[in-house]
Amino acid sequence: MLKRIKRGASAVWRFYYDGFRNMTVGRSLWILILVKVAVLLLVFKLLFFPDVLKRDYPDDDARAEAVRQSLSHPR
Amino acid sequence: MDDLMTVVDWSRWQFALTAMYHWLFVPLTIGLSLIVGIMESIYVKTGHERWKRITKFWMTLFGINFACGVATGIILEFEFGTNWSNYSWFVGDIFGAPLAIEGLFAFFLESTFVAVMFFGWNKVGKGFHLAATWLTAFGVCLSALWILVANSWMQYPAGMEFDPAQMRNVMDSFWDVVFSPVAVNKFFHTVFSGWVLGGVFVIGVSCWFMWRKRHVAMAVSSIKVAVWVGVVGILLTIWTGDGSAVVVARVQPMKLAAMEGLYHGAKGQSLVGFGVLNPLKEPGNDEPEMLFSVDIPKGLSILANHDPESFVAGIDDLIAGVSIDANGDTINTISYAERIARGKASHEALRRFDEAMAQGDTAAMDAARADIKKDFPFFGYGYYDDPKDLVPPVGVTFYFFRVMVILGGFLFVWLVGMWFAAYRKPTALENKWICWLGILSIALVWICSEAGWIVAEVGRQPWVIQDLMPTRAAISEVQSGSVIATFWMFAAVFTAMLIAEASIMLRYIGKVTKSNDEF
Repeated sequence: MLKRIKRGASAVWRFYYDGFRNMTVGRSLWILILVKVAVLLLVFKLLFFPDVLKRDYPDDDARAEAVRQSLSHPR
Repeated sequence: MDDLMTVVDWSRWQFALTAMYHWLFVPLTIGLSLIVGIMESIYVKTGHERWKRITKFWMTLFGINFACGVATGIILEFEFGTNWSNYSWFVGDIFGAPLAIEGLFAFFLESTFVAVMFFGWNKVGKGFHLAATWLTAFGVCLSALWILVANSWMQYPAGMEFDPAQMRNVMDSFWDVVFSPVAVNKFFHTVFSGWVLGGVFVIGVSCWFMWRKRHVAMAVSSIKVAVWVGVVGILLTIWTGDGSAVVVARVQPMKLAAMEGLYHGAKGQSLVGFGVLNPLKEPGNDEPEMLFSVDIPKGLSILANHDPESFVAGIDDLIAGVSIDANGDTINTISYAERIARGKASHEALRRFDEAMAQGDTAAMDAARADIKKDFPFFGYGYYDDPKDLVPPVGVTFYFFRVMVILGGFLFVWLVGMWFAAYRKPTALENKWICWLGILSIALVWICSEAGWIVAEVGRQPWVIQDLMPTRAAISEVQSGSVIATFWMFAAVFTAMLIAEASIMLRYIGKVTKSNDEF
């Protein structure tokens, strides 16, 4: 059973490994995808796009209270 | 107030920029996945190797587009949490289910079967590979379904109950959310318009090959498949567009009035085929609506109600709460002044609920909860004092509706014409003007698609959730400076990425154009 799982996992690994290695326009694409994901997730998300309610309030009750205050006392 | 409006406006611009950038990739993914599926089916059925090569060429373009589009949608979720925290909290439970399902399908179907599509040639059986291609196309549509269900709920909130204790809308009927008339129409209209875009794209790129006199046989074969997808797509897009108009007339009549620049409706209302709005016209004044217009008699009544003699309300009618029923009798719906009063009453009840909750007075909480519920359908109106502020930007909605319809009309003629050329007069495909028009139409179909979204989203302003939450209430307590700064950062990054992505696609097309490999 374990052998079959190992063989299966190895086949899947080879499938993806060979696929990525043999991509024709893949290299530029992968560079682009990696740069994009890094910019979006590591720069934008971490530095500029915090979840404001999660950051400012400790639990869901406090977040609900903050939203209730905001919505029932229009600026 | 000025800083609040600056935050609202810049947050809206930022969201619009991100969504429009994301939407550059999505419809092509929808359309091209179908075309690639058809081409591969022809290959599997006929066994001709040239169809395999043709499939692989378009599949590569699909892959470039797919990779470029990856993760562009996730930015929208960042913005929900940062710029639109009131909104994302208020709708949390409704959005959670569709977006979670979308994530699961997007991850499992697309990532699994896209890999088989690209890496599986000669490694898996023909049938299995074909199944993977079709499952990718199916997965793309299914992903779109859940996103569009979430968007449709914002246009027509259904299947939920507001809980003031959680300050959230809690879903009480998943099926009412999924099968709302807005969701059903929006899904099919969007998917079919994706087929049109995919068809026009394939024809346009094929026209490039025809113009360069390279791989002509491949180009003609591709056009023959693409025209079918395009023609079927445009007919179904028109049909579902008609359905969308009927639904909009029912659930968002103000949007329909803005689309037409209509202030005073009538029975047998005409449709503005083309016209110029009077910039001095505002709700309630006596200025004429149009400086110039070419009208289609009874057109709007037919479009909105499928009845040439029916009444269609204008902006002033809706504000006053005047309408005419199916029997032709004048009836009073709820005026905007009354909606505002009832909205403010529900705000007052919410404040009472808050105080009662702080004091632990459950009887007072129940009483306030009942009052909130009574006026909750007008909750969002309570943020306004003047009904004029509840009118969407008429100019943008009016003109972009015409951009969409006029370009849609051109695409219909173009696709039908190309169908005849491909199947009845193939020599016409070599005409250089037709080739250039084909290449130009790639830009036009994208403009048409983006214009449709502009009409849908600008036309429902000031609502982020129809009648319940205006954009100004949905916003977070953030500084305008940070929103402006991130807007320009996004603009710079998106422009750079778009240039990089377009150049990869163009380089690949250029490489194939020069290549002597036989198709």
